[in-house]
Amino acid sequence: MTAQANGKTGESPEIDTAKIDSAVAQAMPARSADDMPLLRIEGVSKKFGTFPAVDGLSLDIRTGEFFALLGPSGCGKTTLLRMLAGFETPDEGRILLGGRDIAPVLPHERPVNMMFQNYALFPHLSVRDNIAFGLKRAGMARAAIDTRVAEMVALVKLDGMEKRKPDQLSGGQKQRVALARSLARRPKVLLLDEPLAALDKKLRESTQLELMELQRRLGMTFIVVTHDQEEAMTMANRIGVMDAGRLQQVATPRDLYEAPASRWVAEFVGDVNLFNGDVTSRDHRRLTIATRDGGAIVVSEPREPVTRTVVSVAIRPEKVKMSRRGPAPDAAGSQAINRLEGVVADVSYLGGSTVYKVKLDSGAVVRSSVANTARFDTDTYDAGQRVVAWFTPDDCVVLER
Amino acid sequence: MSTRRIFAQPARYAAIAPYLWMVLFFLVPFGFVLKISLSQTAIAQPPYLPVFDFAEGWAAITAAFSQLSLDNFGLLASDSLYISSYLRSVVVAVISTLMLLLIGYPVAYGMARLPQRWQPIAMMLVIVPFWTSFLIRIYAWINILQHDGLLNKVLLALHVVSTPVVWLSTDTAMYIGIVYSYLPFMILPLYATLSKLDASLLEAAADLGASPRRAFWLVTFPLSLPGVGAGALLCFIPILGEFVIPDLLAGSGSMMIGQTLWLEFFTNKDWPVAAAAAVALLVLLVPPLVLYDRLQRRTLESAK
Repeated sequence: MTAQANGKTGESPEIDTAKIDSAVAQAMPARSADDMPLLRIEGVSKKFGTFPAVDGLSLDIRTGEFFALLGPSGCGKTTLLRMLAGFETPDEGRILLGGRDIAPVLPHERPVNMMFQNYALFPHLSVRDNIAFGLKRAGMARAAIDTRVAEMVALVKLDGMEKRKPDQLSGGQKQRVALARSLARRPKVLLLDEPLAALDKKLRESTQLELMELQRRLGMTFIVVTHDQEEAMTMANRIGVMDAGRLQQVATPRDLYEAPASRWVAEFVGDVNLFNGDVTSRDHRRLTIATRDGGAIVVSEPREPVTRTVVSVAIRPEKVKMSRRGPAPDAAGSQAINRLEGVVADVSYLGGSTVYKVKLDSGAVVRSSVANTARFDTDTYDAGQRVVAWFTPDDCVVLER
Repeated sequence: MSTRRIFAQPARYAAIAPYLWMVLFFLVPFGFVLKISLSQTAIAQPPYLPVFDFAEGWAAITAAFSQLSLDNFGLLASDSLYISSYLRSVVVAVISTLMLLLIGYPVAYGMARLPQRWQPIAMMLVIVPFWTSFLIRIYAWINILQHDGLLNKVLLALHVVSTPVVWLSTDTAMYIGIVYSYLPFMILPLYATLSKLDASLLEAAADLGASPRRAFWLVTFPLSLPGVGAGALLCFIPILGEFVIPDLLAGSGSMMIGQTLWLEFFTNKDWPVAAAAAVALLVLLVPPLVLYDRLQRRTLESAK
């Protein structure tokens, strides 16, 4: 980034909250008495040729939620979003908005708005006219349009830029215009397609917080599509992880990370150590699993009893502790402790934490992430050093698929 | 900074090329034409006076200069033949360009919306007529439009008309010929602009409540204006000086400036008046060219 570009994008990033309150009342849709979700997706499928982009997907989204669709590229998340906007029609299934099937409703008649990944600002129109575009189509009076545009411009901190054309704006400013334009009509649902992908890291982080604040203030329902798990976890109340056109798991960010539903989700969201093995015994809500790479691992029985015998054990790297001779007896209270002995093969210092790769005697590699809590850490390990990697049964997640 | 220096030298030389081209193939010949336009007609070889003779020395050249006059331009202004030729040229060029836009825009729009793999084929179909000589294509139109030509045969067979219609040697025939000949020049720049149009802009327009028709007028059309300008000028300018098509297809009642020019030059052997007519035509073309240049510059600036 050049100094000039920084100057352009560096204007105060926080949202002016005082001006938003007036918009809240109108933006807040009335809750239906029977607690029907705002948006219900029922068994929706969409094929492109023979390729199933979205495959029998069902999902409920409630009013006021900040929902993230997370998945690798080509997983169908954007297709799903485009079906909600009306740019694609489902081959099968129904999409209900406020209880009404919106399949026959054309895109320009839907009470949803979308913020496009490339922003799709009209290059021949000024910032003001871009924001006013949707309001004019709604047949709003001129004075009301002026008021609303001014409100939106203040909301996204673009004061003084109203007359500029999109090509006279920085990336961050374009993103704000796109956001203001999609919010101006006060849609029931705002769809955001990779809204921050084009911004640099610092700006992306501050804009994430802005979007959250905005969504909370306006009480609007946001559905954001992203391939960036950190972004999804930062912003969303709930995340739907998609792969191959299906939802793999829908959960809060914490549950997604701490209680992934499958090996695929565990590996896609964050970093994970996986051990495959067989359940050999169970007692006192403890399972013992004989793994090929890590020997016998004792895990806590999950809330839903394990039915299969062939399972995987997942342990997040930061749950794997390191020591020279194994943990002191009181380190894990009365819990049984899983100990894996090996040699430090690789050390990656990442600033906030250090990641050790420990090569076990079985040949498998276990990753351990240790927070660097002190500037001069005496508790570091060097490559080639013999160590014990250990974790408690509660640190483990048993995965059946 | 260092990269800039590396590219500076070749870039400076390359920048000379278009100027060299202009001087060699435009300014020098134009100088000749301008000089002839200021001369007097004569029964001689070449058929005008004075002739610069550099062998006679400096005095002869200054003497020749003193013989130059604007009389021919005075003739152009006073004789209604020339003024009506110019007017007819402008009227024909304006009407033809409008018709070309009305036909070319939908064609280019349709082409740009074809599936990706069909677009090169459509482009070929537009260009293919160029493979046949222009004159042969105009003669083919004479065949189609003549008294017992294809068009009349079809109309008679379909009982649309009971007696053959006179097509040939009418303005209708001329407009058919012009529109047919210039259509690719209208379609290609329009297609180039329309195919570059970001499809997500139309989705954004729809998303913000614009029906497809509104989206066309509010987004597609304004963004295609550079293509409209390019196509219109690419057609308007050569049609203004068109000679062959009106000569072969239109009646002999009124002439376009190109025909008048031909008449003066070849039939009357009056090179000076023909040259003056040509210079006047060029002057007539300056305003649309300046307009085009300004339009182009504005698009380039906004594209930055």
